[in-house]
Amino acid sequence: MTAAHQFLEQARRITRDLRHRGLIQTALRKYEVKRDEKKLAFPDWESARQAAAEVKWDAINHLDSYLEEFVARLEARGTRVHWASTAAEARDAILGVVRDRKAKSIIKSKAMTAEEIHLNDALEKEGYEVVESDLGEYIVQLRHEPPYHIVFPAMHLTRDEISDLFHRELGSAQTREPEELTMIARRVLRQKYITADVGITGANFAVAETGMISITENEGNARLTAALPRTMITLLGIEKVIPALEDLALFLPMLATAGAGQTLTGYNTMYSGPRQPGEADGPEEWHVVLLDNRRTELLADPEQRDALHCIRCGACLNVCPIFRNVGGHTYGTAYSGPIGSVITPHLRGLKDWKHLSGASSLCGACTEACPVKIDLHHHLLQNRRNAVVEDAPVLERLAYRLFAVVANHPTLWQFAKELGRTFQPFHRWILRTKLDPAKAWTATRDVPPMAEMSFKEWWRTRQ
Amino acid sequence: MVEDPAMSAREDILGRIREALRKPAPFPGHGHAPTAATTHSPAPPPAGARSNLHGSPVIPLRPSVAARPWLPPGGVTPAEQWDRFRTASTELKTAVEEFDSAEAAHARLRELAGEQGWSGIASHRAPLTDAALSALSALQLPTLLTDGGYPVNDMEKCSVGITECDALVAQTGSILVTSRSTGGRALSVLPPHHLVLARRAQLVPDLGTALEQAKARYAPHWPSMISFITGPSRTGDIERILVLGAHGPKQLTVFLLP
Ligand code: SF4
Repeated sequence: MTAAHQFLEQARRITRDLRHRGLIQTALRKYEVKRDEKKLAFPDWESARQAAAEVKWDAINHLDSYLEEFVARLEARGTRVHWASTAAEARDAILGVVRDRKAKSIIKSKAMTAEEIHLNDALEKEGYEVVESDLGEYIVQLRHEPPYHIVFPAMHLTRDEISDLFHRELGSAQTREPEELTMIARRVLRQKYITADVGITGANFAVAETGMISITENEGNARLTAALPRTMITLLGIEKVIPALEDLALFLPMLATAGAGQTLTGYNTMYSGPRQPGEADGPEEWHVVLLDNRRTELLADPEQRDALHCIRCGACLNVCPIFRNVGGHTYGTAYSGPIGSVITPHLRGLKDWKHLSGASSLCGACTEACPVKIDLHHHLLQNRRNAVVEDAPVLERLAYRLFAVVANHPTLWQFAKELGRTFQPFHRWILRTKLDPAKAWTATRDVPPMAEMSFKEWWRTRQ
Repeated sequence: MVEDPAMSAREDILGRIREALRKPAPFPGHGHAPTAATTHSPAPPPAGARSNLHGSPVIPLRPSVAARPWLPPGGVTPAEQWDRFRTASTELKTAVEEFDSAEAAHARLRELAGEQGWSGIASHRAPLTDAALSALSALQLPTLLTDGGYPVNDMEKCSVGITECDALVAQTGSILVTSRSTGGRALSVLPPHHLVLARRAQLVPDLGTALEQAKARYAPHWPSMISFITGPSRTGDIERILVLGAHGPKQLTVFLLP
């Protein structure tokens, strides 16, 4: 089955699932209230967005020099940097470190790039135990499922489902209290932190000026992942670079507000090296893996280059009418929602993923929500155009040619109208059956009868 | 000569980036005039850089610095700043307690130890924590100091982590800690209760100021970790319902000392 078929099939199922719809609507309504409240604390949200877009523009359009600066500073403080052109190279770099350290168990904090390169699968295939430490990620990992949303990985589950899951997988008693459920996970994961040999994290920003990465999280799981294991590995996309430390004073509140309706996320932490002389704890060594994986192809498209400005806040998913109806898993991609639909064709090939450009009503809610002003809905349009240029659908093209000829000749137009009027009554016989040529349209819509008289004819009778 | 594959990946990626960047991308905002300049050294002189009346170039602000007035304010006067810090803390469920003297704070510490039934304390060497620990010594609780390293299992058993901090941020109700000045990376997240001893003078208006201060204090010899802690550890991963103490501390307490 192609990715497009899978999308359609799953979308058809999920859009009719009222329980799913209720869950997502409630969760996102809570988010909306908080986000609006926190946005009001900004004297000028729009200008702040413009500034954020400019900083990212600067970073991405001078990416080579900022990356070099970032890496030079990291290396100067004893961090080992690995460059990975492809997902396979990144997996190999990480596997190499894990093997060298003879690691047994690995603790991981949330990283979408790890989903992108299917890191857990690769590690597990080699026999390593990898445990996700973010609560939502831990839940979906226990269910052998990818995260549902880039910020809220388990938003599609009810507390009862989670309780069942914990009962089944961890042997815990059933409970309806989110607090108790959280404490069950806390107890299990604490032991994992303490025994893990390797900690793997993602990063939200990479600061060129100081050679730091910055991690944003609420739970403290990334803090622990970066504190206790002897070896730390951080995987990040090359587009995460920002020029200066003070840029964080802008991005951190914007990320929190747009992404989760918070003034600031619980922990915002900057790491600039492994444990330094005189420090009490921290990893003995730190490996930073910089991932390209076709980001440079997106970079080479000046029209859509700004898609690399994305700070993965998830705001565009939250406001997207398509996402809210079809849900995160339907996309079948690491990055879902509008931003996923824009970048996936670049990262994984237009041919197989162009259907995502159609997963949009072009309402522009995503563009309006984006804290770094990515022109998301226009990029979806551009991807539609690119798909047609790359691989024109012959039938569709013929149909439009024919339509153009008919529409340009009044007699033909008149004739076509007569044809339609004569044959429409018979359409009823084949309506929504396999014989119906307009089935894709009529399956979910009524076809209004053609008017008995066109305006032109009516006008003529008036004269 | 054998080519180092890691080196070649580096050159490949940088090469692709340079090639890609040969085509310029439009400036964001549909013809929006730049907010301020993007001037960090590798960038070319920005379109928005202007000269002042005397012809000498104005040092252009970074957009993120120009954006400060558009971000949630931290307050101008100390009274405003304290007001913000307290409001934010209440919302975050950070407990803030104020004391007129160190003695009063120490008395309250002893009281808390009893109330919460502390079975062990983790802390680090610094003026405020040293004084607090000696005031608590009468209770004869097992005490772990992180300086120079410590067994993780011992810290895991401690009921409370007592630390100093580098700054308090009015804008967001955050506490800035570092791996060098506040006892390492784990002390402020592993024990279920994080208690911060701060001096009133450590309050700064906003994140920008806190970062500038940290830079002035540390750069280029940064602690390997600096962290803004904003409230106790929290999660909303189950039906978006707030739960405190997901992994880190369930409780965050700030003692304000003169
Ligand atoms: S595209 Fe914009 S709104 Fe969507 S996740 Fe990225 S930064 Fe957030």
